[in-house]
Amino acid sequence: MGALRLYAAVVASGLRRYATYRASTAAGIVTNTVFGMIIAYTYLALWDERPHLGGYDQAQALTFVWIGQALFAVMMLGMPSGVEAELMERIRSGDIAVDLYRPVDLQCWWLALDLGRALFQLLGRGVVPLVVGALAFPLALPHDPVRWLAFLVAVVLGCVVSFALRYLVAMSAFWFMDGNGAVQMYGIVGTFFSGMLLPLNVFPGAIGDVARALPWSALLQVPADVLMGTHPGRGPLGSYLFQAGWAAGLLGAGRLLQRAATRRVVVQGG
Amino acid sequence: MTYRASFALTTFGNFAMTGLEFCGILLMFSQVDRLGGYTLPEIAFLYGTAGSAFGLADLAAGSLGRTGQRVRDGTLDVFLVRPAPVLVQLAADKFALRRAGRISQGLVVLVWSAVALDVSWTPVKVLLVPLLVVSGAAIFTAVFIAGASFQIVAQDAAEVQNAATFGGNALLQYPPTVFGDNLLRGVTFVLPLAFVNWIPALYILGRPYPLDLPRWVAFAPPLVAAGCLAVAGCVWRVALRGYRSTGS
Repeated sequence: MGALRLYAAVVASGLRRYATYRASTAAGIVTNTVFGMIIAYTYLALWDERPHLGGYDQAQALTFVWIGQALFAVMMLGMPSGVEAELMERIRSGDIAVDLYRPVDLQCWWLALDLGRALFQLLGRGVVPLVVGALAFPLALPHDPVRWLAFLVAVVLGCVVSFALRYLVAMSAFWFMDGNGAVQMYGIVGTFFSGMLLPLNVFPGAIGDVARALPWSALLQVPADVLMGTHPGRGPLGSYLFQAGWAAGLLGAGRLLQRAATRRVVVQGG
Repeated sequence: MTYRASFALTTFGNFAMTGLEFCGILLMFSQVDRLGGYTLPEIAFLYGTAGSAFGLADLAAGSLGRTGQRVRDGTLDVFLVRPAPVLVQLAADKFALRRAGRISQGLVVLVWSAVALDVSWTPVKVLLVPLLVVSGAAIFTAVFIAGASFQIVAQDAAEVQNAATFGGNALLQYPPTVFGDNLLRGVTFVLPLAFVNWIPALYILGRPYPLDLPRWVAFAPPLVAAGCLAVAGCVWRVALRGYRSTGS
């Protein structure tokens, strides 16, 4: 029970920390709205040419665009810039050794901090672009509040998968020291496979099958399909299982990597 | 240039990151033959011209995006006491040659499209291409300068600037037929991004202009660029004169 209270406090501190940057949040909203507009128009042209592309009608395609902009900062769908940067800096400087002596679990601590950040980004940078998109274009947003709740569950699970992926990137700093290359590579792969370029159900052939099976589809494609009810033959429960499976697997891999890395720290310390 | 491996990796990263946008376009064309009535080589031409022009501007003035940060941490004051123009110092600050990745990627697509296009190249059209890229870069540079001026006033607005610069680049990669008339008016008469590549490129492609503009405007970009730079320069001077250090 005490541990739960501790992590709740860490989530709150993550939220508060990001809430301090008000001007930057406002600027982020402008950017997400501008990009949402541009992408929405290109999707309109695309779906004009091929109605029902990827099983989406035009309204659903537009909805996907604006959910993508709303979740952009939450899930770090572009270049990642969340807690993993700070974590890597601590690994580089050696401060991580102090963290390892603390009586809290390292991975859980950073997960809680990142969830606080994600929660703030959802409220701060997510709501406004979605509302602007809904006012400017006909979107396929559900009226059923249960659907919205189901969406929120998928978003939370997606946040955990997003963190688990970036934790792996951060752990690589134990070996490379300078993590910028890994971050950049992650940004490229993540942008491509999350569906930020194009919804994953539009990807042709085998690339599409692979893309939909990879963990990045848990960040945007799955939450969007849960909200619109377009998860083919899977249902919300199947979607949750998919996300939770990746979350557990990736968090476990992060833990293994962390254990291997900590041994190295001891060796380095002499 | 000391860290050769790191330089190679980040330049490649920049190349790949910008190439990703073109992958998005290729993915779209795996499903359709035309987008907004334009074929793949035509859109690649728009993409290549916008990317090259923006890449040049980003290389020259991209560091201006960090002006707000310099205002906040007070290091702008250091530039003020040095005997060189502040704007030049800011642009040269953290000059990153790795940004060349963006230019080379734009040029690769541009060259490919020029070969693949079904256009009867006249000497005028051929000469218009480098003119387009250079004036386009100048217009984007003016946007960077105006953005930096705004950052001195607003202090933390780097992302708003990104919306105009990176957003503008994303916009110009697609044909104007994709967008609504109000948006087209905005980027023609208010923030004249349409002159970066759309208008001269549409002349080369033999396509109708947006908003029924007369044909000769295809040769206006150098004038528009000069005008933009002049306005941006004035805005910059006003912003810098009104600057008070964070301490006061």
